[in-house]
Amino acid sequence: MSEVSKSSSGNGFEPRIVGFFCNWCTYTAADLAGTSRLTYAPNVRVLRVMCSGRLDPQFILDAFRKGADGVLIGGCHPGDCHYQAGNHKALRRYTLLKRLLKTMGIEEERVRLEWISASEGDKVQRVINEMTEDIRRLGPLRLPPIPHAGRMPGEAVERVSSIGQETGL
Amino acid sequence: MSKPKIGFYWCASCGGCDEAVVDLAENILSVVEAVDIAVWPVAMDFKRSDVENMQDGEMVVTFINGAIRNTEDREIVEILREKSKYIVAFGSCAHLGGVPGMGNLYTRESILECSYSETPSVVNPEKVCPQGETTVPEGVLTLPVLEERVWTLDQTIEVDYYLPGCPPPVALIVDGVTAFLTNQLPPKGSVLGPKHSLCLDCPRKDTKPENMLIKEFKRPHETEIDLETCLLAQGLLCLGPATRSGCGAACINGNMPCTGCLGPTDSVRDYGAKALSGIASLFDAETEADIARIADRIVDPAGTFYRYSLPGSLFQGKVFQKEGARS
Ligand code: SF4
Ligand code: SF4
Ligand code: FES
Repeated sequence: MSEVSKSSSGNGFEPRIVGFFCNWCTYTAADLAGTSRLTYAPNVRVLRVMCSGRLDPQFILDAFRKGADGVLIGGCHPGDCHYQAGNHKALRRYTLLKRLLKTMGIEEERVRLEWISASEGDKVQRVINEMTEDIRRLGPLRLPPIPHAGRMPGEAVERVSSIGQETGL
Repeated sequence: MSKPKIGFYWCASCGGCDEAVVDLAENILSVVEAVDIAVWPVAMDFKRSDVENMQDGEMVVTFINGAIRNTEDREIVEILREKSKYIVAFGSCAHLGGVPGMGNLYTRESILECSYSETPSVVNPEKVCPQGETTVPEGVLTLPVLEERVWTLDQTIEVDYYLPGCPPPVALIVDGVTAFLTNQLPPKGSVLGPKHSLCLDCPRKDTKPENMLIKEFKRPHETEIDLETCLLAQGLLCLGPATRSGCGAACINGNMPCTGCLGPTDSVRDYGAKALSGIASLFDAETEADIARIADRIVDPAGTFYRYSLPGSLFQGKVFQKEGARS
């Protein structure tokens, strides 16, 4: 795991956030934040997706399952999606998924969708800092481990995503 | 040569899966002729010792229906695992948790509280609640104990195959049993059913628009449902696109939308998340307010999308405890 800063609340808990950033906007913005030497909380492990519309809600649940305390989705502003309507689809899925997650006992703040254009490096900084603090306040999300007596149904189990390896969770 | 032995067993189930076996009607005769049914509590006298006294692997295959909800379910399936060469999770409850799996949205305590005191029709002034052990003058009485949550069969013992459905459709049962009797088994871990989704086999598929967008969801009692048009196109929440085929579109033929009992196809890990994803992308709305208005009509997302599969999902149930150190 990468080096983490000292917790401000002093409880030693460092939120682990998985960021799914669109290649055409938020990912580039995060790059810009880096080259502009903006400092922000090191708690987000970024995964690049080609469009926020690529985000299967299974990826989000899988990130939590593999140890994330929060998931941040970054996409192009409405009207700016490289594939035209990917971000609209992302917003529809996100809206319904949030409602599902509420029933499942997951606090609102743990999943966040933001439109961040390639030039908004400062917004990357602000959103990441805010979300890190929100989740620090909530504490860790600890999903009970999956028992694995047999094989899980379908062959998809090992295939859902490689989020675990890619983010070092 | 003696006939191969097979078994049927039930755990937390409604009895519908055993009914489905009976529904095989004349189809079952050929099965009964070919095999010796050694265990079938719903139809035959059965003592635990009958199974305990068997040799390991004595039964070729045992079909287990129902979810794992109490300690007795667990103990018996563990014994059956030893005595059977193959175990088939039979029906939605054994496969993915099924309707009893919705119990994972509640704690064990709150379920007992609700059943034994809160329910208006319950009169229980002394607050009698089932106990694992009770001492009476004659000695100690024991009862199975409700587990903390509902488990799928494969979270409890090793499972070889799955027969999906609530209950599994007759055609899939016949094919499945035949596969065992003729020794033509697919790779271990397979779900014994078609690989594609229901829409492909739906009699209404030609009326399903290519680019569908839905302005408003309606519940079946709120609208007059056309008998020929795709139900989803009519605004009914049909989960056919996300659900494995194999039922012959039973519900659609009854003019009711699919609720997803056969579970996901092989390429999907979490049925609820995937079904939700597919349905949400159809919303005919772009602004937050319009999207929210359409979503408002799906009043119970967990009950809608995880009706048959909560314990087998990525979250497996509601998250009650967030404290504690990470391992
Ligand atoms: S959505 Fe439902 S009604 Fe429409 S084609 Fe698919 S299964 Fe049939
Ligand atoms: S239509 Fe859907 S809910 Fe009905 S039997 Fe088929 S898979 Fe199950
Ligand atoms: S390309 Fe950025 S959200 Fe679609």
